[in-house]
Amino acid sequence: MNHRAVWAIYSFEMARTGRTLFQSIVSPVLSTSLYFVVFGAAIGSRIPEIEGVGYGSFIVPGLIMMTLLTQSVMNASFGIYFPRFVGTIFEILSAPVSALEITLGYVGAAATKSIILGLIILATAGFFVPLKIAHPLWMLAFLVFTSVTFSLLGFIIGLWAEGFEKLQIIPLLIITPLTFLGGSFYSINVLPPFWQAVSLANPIVYLVSGFRWSFYEVADVSLTVSVAMIAVFLVACLAIVWWFFKTGYKIKK
Amino acid sequence: MQSILSIKNVSKTYASGFQALKSIDLEIRRGEIFALLGPNGAGKTTLIGIVCGIVKASSGTVTVDGHDNVRDYRGAREMIGLVPQELHTDSFETVWATCTFSRGLFGKPANPAFVEKVLKDVSLWDKKDSKIMTLSGGMKRRVLIAKALAHEPDILFLDEPTAGVDVELRKDMWEVVRALRAKGVTIILTTHYIEEAELMADRVGVINKGELILVEDKAELMRKLGKKQMTFELQQKLDAVPEALAPYKLALAADGRALTYTYEAQGEHRGVTRLVEELLRQNIRLKDIATTQSSLEDIFVDLVRKDG
Ligand SMILES: Nc1ncnc2c1ncn2[C@@H]1O[C@H](COP(=O)(O)OP(=O)(O)OP(=O)(O)O)[C@@H](O)[C@H]1O
Ligand SMILES: [Mg+2]
Repeated sequence: MNHRAVWAIYSFEMARTGRTLFQSIVSPVLSTSLYFVVFGAAIGSRIPEIEGVGYGSFIVPGLIMMTLLTQSVMNASFGIYFPRFVGTIFEILSAPVSALEITLGYVGAAATKSIILGLIILATAGFFVPLKIAHPLWMLAFLVFTSVTFSLLGFIIGLWAEGFEKLQIIPLLIITPLTFLGGSFYSINVLPPFWQAVSLANPIVYLVSGFRWSFYEVADVSLTVSVAMIAVFLVACLAIVWWFFKTGYKIKK
Repeated sequence: MQSILSIKNVSKTYASGFQALKSIDLEIRRGEIFALLGPNGAGKTTLIGIVCGIVKASSGTVTVDGHDNVRDYRGAREMIGLVPQELHTDSFETVWATCTFSRGLFGKPANPAFVEKVLKDVSLWDKKDSKIMTLSGGMKRRVLIAKALAHEPDILFLDEPTAGVDVELRKDMWEVVRALRAKGVTIILTTHYIEEAELMADRVGVINKGELILVEDKAELMRKLGKKQMTFELQQKLDAVPEALAPYKLALAADGRALTYTYEAQGEHRGVTRLVEELLRQNIRLKDIATTQSSLEDIFVDLVRKDG
């Protein structure tokens, strides 16, 4: 294992985050806080409790999940797409590093950033709405695994994309709608049976449900299913990354 | 001499269907400076890309000091530094950060003193804290050289290292290259400044349309393919070359005051003695004699033209 290379890539990416602190941390924290203000403090008090949880509190896990997913994907995809775009990828390709090491460096940095972001948003939420975390370790585990998995997904998109539009399309057109429809703002149990069934095809439902369970012990689907879904997703992403590097697809000429 | 890099039967057809390399065989000797010459689009960068792991070869093998560059890519790549032709740099990074990054990426322990020395060698020390985007093109080129040197390669590829670099700095770079060679680093460079190859290289390879059409010791090549010209400056003016000198195919200068004899530098029987005797016999008085030898550039242009 070329641990120095992993560290070099990781710190390079973290330094990039440091340089773009406003865009990568401050701005998502601010925009998520707006939801807490509007739905938690302003409108939330007029919406009935869901399964015994106040509406403002109920949406916190879903909102953190939403930011986590979009930011992980955007950050990780940009991290690897940019060197491809400007050509500096030549150095990574010519270095004695394995696909695993490259992935660890880039995805590790993107995930770290998402985790920090998630924790900051969590702390911010505490200012606006009452919070209770029933299972802090589970909460952290969901935070970490979701960040890693979606950073991997972002990494895949960054390896595959051939333009900045493609880079934006997936977070904008797939991740955001799926999170909105994935029970971030409601329990899918309130939907008519048909739409409940449709919702179960949305992988994000499982993430939000599991994450929310770690806070309030209320869940749309069972914890086991949530954990299994993350695991399946993680393995699938790893397999795709492995295949990309194995074949050099879109990476090597 | 033992070869440090062995390229066997390497070919490359790009996804577009274009065949950029046709079965290249090349052995690079340990510690030499090898100049790879060829017109635009000949395949130089492609070949370098294959050795360095950036381009996938369509066939063939590359062995770097015993390490197959696909199966044992780590062993192979650890030894290689690459200065690419294009100025691919991280605009937002500082010179110092990008060099330290390269060192780490190649698995070398941090060594600020060494990186400092490298930056001083390429005259970038005063720019170490500047963001790369604030540097000029020639400075960016030197950043790329510093990055490659920062991880102490045994083999250094310089793909047109002096393109866009001013004369003064080009000389500095030659110094750097010479110093590296003295340390035992093997250097493979491409250049369109042929005088550079002539000055620096131990051996020369000429690639044209994806084929290696010649690999030669530079001195040997100059001897074999170089032409020499001997110019006799005359004391009197001639109206025509005397009949008796016809076999020498002499060229008479427009002003009639000089005769030029062209011969192959490697020729066994150059006939210089007989020519001079003949001149004297013709009562032609000489003022001065000068010889000139064709440059690598002339040889190169000749070769590529012949190749079609
Ligand atoms: N990615 C690519 N896809 C298709 N063709 C390519 C690609 N890269 C290079 N080529 C073609 O391969 C040939 C060799 O290119 P290469 O860059 O190796 O030439 P070169 O000898 O380095 O030329 P130069 O002196 O201009 O740098 C050219 O005809 C070029 O158009
Ligand atoms: Mg080239």
